[in-house]
Amino acid sequence: MTAGATPDRPDEPPQMRIVRPYALTGGRTRSGASDLPIETLVRTSARGREVGPKLQLEYRTIAEMCEEPLSVAEVSVHLGVPLGVARVLVTDMSEQGLVDVHKGRTDRPNQALLERVLHGIRDL
Amino acid sequence: MGFETSNDRGAPAAGDEPLQPVKIVISGGFAVGKTTFVGSISEINPLTTEAAMTSASTGVDDTSKVQTKTHTTVAMDFGRISLGGGLVLYLFGTPGQARFQFMWDDLARGAIGAVVLVDTRRLADCFPAVDYFEQLGLPYIVAVNCFDGLQFHEQQAIREALSVPRDVPLVFCDARERTSTKESLIMLVEHALSRAE
Repeated sequence: MTAGATPDRPDEPPQMRIVRPYALTGGRTRSGASDLPIETLVRTSARGREVGPKLQLEYRTIAEMCEEPLSVAEVSVHLGVPLGVARVLVTDMSEQGLVDVHKGRTDRPNQALLERVLHGIRDL
Repeated sequence: MGFETSNDRGAPAAGDEPLQPVKIVISGGFAVGKTTFVGSISEINPLTTEAAMTSASTGVDDTSKVQTKTHTTVAMDFGRISLGGGLVLYLFGTPGQARFQFMWDDLARGAIGAVVLVDTRRLADCFPAVDYFEQLGLPYIVAVNCFDGLQFHEQQAIREALSVPRDVPLVFCDARERTSTKESLIMLVEHALSRAE
């Protein structure tokens, strides 16, 4: 028992979604070294498909919905949790090889990428 | 959908496709038409996500020296456009009031640029966003949402009243119209390209 532990909160993470969102992440709102950009695309990996049914509810739901790539923002909406929570869950799954993440850029898009975007929009 | 046993052979090609998300920020004052703009071109109905923010309270509270924290939840609408070849463009609509600037840092990082939407009746609402993107050096355009159209002299007056730098493109748009929104986005990406050299 650490000095900072609050007596009124069980240490065991709850299993179902009748819980406060941040309980899902053990109170974490930030994950790992860096936050995933909000537009980061998440796609279920082969391993994620394989073990998906055995995962806890939130992971399982993410593994199911990300058969088709979705952004972290969409995961947040479809799971009904704030962005920070979605980021933590996706990062956890990525670290366990359950999903592949395709991050957005952290620097300004270069000319080649901008030209692809421009052509893409023009062709809409 | 359901799960299928993973099988290296015959995996769908889409699963191997390299994915590249990109984003554009749509900013502007309250009720200026950001969601309408996003919805006019998005392939999904605009979704609303909530970013919960914790910040030290700045309120005046002399009775206590204890720093309190406030939780702010900010709704953000967004849409998605698949551009082919694994390229996916997200449009994030974000509140334009200065007090939401903490969100803009997150959104602006790695963004192509921003569209600042302007309501002709409340021109000044766009100033915080304009100032912010100007300071950040993020490419942006100003899109005046005028669904009833404007006379040329009104356009000139608005251009002067906004007093945005001359190199910032200014477009008169109808946020309800897909074609108009598309043109605005093209203008922004072209502007970003011109500054990418």
